[in-house]
Amino acid sequence: MKEFGEFVAVDGVDFAIGRGESYGFLGPNGAGKTSTMRMIACMSPIAAGSLRVLGLDPSRDGPEIRSRIGLVPQEDTLDLELTVLDNLLVYGRYFDLPRRVIRERADELLDFVQLNERAHDKVESLSGGMKRRLTIARSLVSDPELLILDEPTTGLDPQARHLLWDRLYRLKRRGVTLVITTHYMDEAEQLCERLAVMDRGRFAAEGAPQELIARYSTREVVELRFGAAEPADVAGRLEGLSVRREVLPDRILLYSDDGDATLGQVHRRGITPESTLVRRSSLEDVFLHLTGRTLVD
Amino acid sequence: MDDTASAWLAAREPRVGAPRWLRSLAYWSYQYKKTWRGSVTTSFLYPVLYLAALGVGLGSLVDHHAHAVSGVSYLDFLAPGLLASTAMQVGANEAMYPVMDAIKWGRAYLAMLATPLTVKDVVRGHLAWIAFRLLTVCAIYLAIMGAFGTLRSGLAVLAIPAGVLTGLAFVVPIAAFAAAQESDRGFSTLYRFGLIPLFLFSGTFFPVAQLPRWLQFVAYATPLYHGVALCRGFVIGDLGWAAGMVHASYLVALAVAGYLVALRSYRKRLVV
Repeated sequence: MKEFGEFVAVDGVDFAIGRGESYGFLGPNGAGKTSTMRMIACMSPIAAGSLRVLGLDPSRDGPEIRSRIGLVPQEDTLDLELTVLDNLLVYGRYFDLPRRVIRERADELLDFVQLNERAHDKVESLSGGMKRRLTIARSLVSDPELLILDEPTTGLDPQARHLLWDRLYRLKRRGVTLVITTHYMDEAEQLCERLAVMDRGRFAAEGAPQELIARYSTREVVELRFGAAEPADVAGRLEGLSVRREVLPDRILLYSDDGDATLGQVHRRGITPESTLVRRSSLEDVFLHLTGRTLVD
Repeated sequence: MDDTASAWLAAREPRVGAPRWLRSLAYWSYQYKKTWRGSVTTSFLYPVLYLAALGVGLGSLVDHHAHAVSGVSYLDFLAPGLLASTAMQVGANEAMYPVMDAIKWGRAYLAMLATPLTVKDVVRGHLAWIAFRLLTVCAIYLAIMGAFGTLRSGLAVLAIPAGVLTGLAFVVPIAAFAAAQESDRGFSTLYRFGLIPLFLFSGTFFPVAQLPRWLQFVAYATPLYHGVALCRGFVIGDLGWAAGMVHASYLVALAVAGYLVALRSYRKRLVV
């Protein structure tokens, strides 16, 4: 549990993450993901409850635990005035690694995140995606058993995101435990074996992505858009067509196991949406079902 | 000279079992190595300019009319006072913007705290770095004073640690203050109403005895007065044991109290 004054940021969360697992915290901004992350990273004390990281007690063994984990914070903490390589060298020193070891690892890591050609450039000159990759390389300098990534791809363009995902996937295959927060459902689906859906400081649900979709949503979703007409006005005429119905400001979602059949029924009722889409259920739908709100506003 | 010194520091491997704060110190020295050029002006040029303009230039007038201030030439009187004041200014600068930068803008402290370093290591490493900077600044100042021929006592070299101590009596409380600030607005206030009046009225330019009586007591309460008196006492060679102990103890007490407050304010700011 975590409190800031009167505000309870995280409450009643209960989870266990196994070695080598990749685990995600999915939720909108302000759901308590970062607070949870900082507690796991032993940078923030817990107000109540119990927490063990790598089998150790954060309140007593903080430095020991932090020496074995890598953290990619939500906002970069790179030194903009230093070069790419110097950032790695300086960071490695915090872990008391010999210079020679850091240099060797820095070369490998810059290869790994495709920044070797920028090694001697100042960080200031890098793009957002490059900075993010450098932050990941930096968090790996100490060869951590557990890597914690807080919103690793927020604010990046699609190409940069896919490159990052690919690198994280490789780390996962090497046996590094990944803990990731995100408000992107595609990111959670891509990277996480298991995830917790967070809302207002609590767990709304926990499980494997497919399992969550099976449990909290139908197989398919029909999306209807109505152009000028208010979705709320049309909603009444869609009664009884689907297992569940969500009326959003810009569209209506009908949950059913056979999307095409449902859409056929919509047409038979003489309702003519401006556009329609039948798709598979996603984590977005799970979140909508659990909280009544969308993930990304 | 500053550059070689910090390169030497950066090249040291922290040994296994060495205190953890040395790793944070290594960061600051590394960073300084890349950005040291700007500090050359404050370290070399200002002492020469001040000593030439005020010590030699204005001093010739003062000496002509008053013959001597506290029994020595005005240059001899002024130089050690300027050394202490410079330590105060350099230290104050290092404890304001870099601290705020490491919390808010560049967030170097946050990077450190994601590693085995603790808040205590972060505080100690940064303060140790500033102490080292003060050491180089004071040593250079004393060397320049030597070139101006103002070192009158064999104990003059002790003005270096005295200058460092003077600086730290400001650095540590100011770092504690800076860590609690949301913006840098407080810094210019501190300059305007704190550091500049101290610089002018704490005995650097004229003996405090010339102030109105009530202001003298205000001056005695300020750390810069004690720093100036300590440095001047060593350089001129007329420092009594008792007075020396009082000055030094006052400065040490401020630095130690500041350290305790700094630990609290850093923790409050960084561990949330």
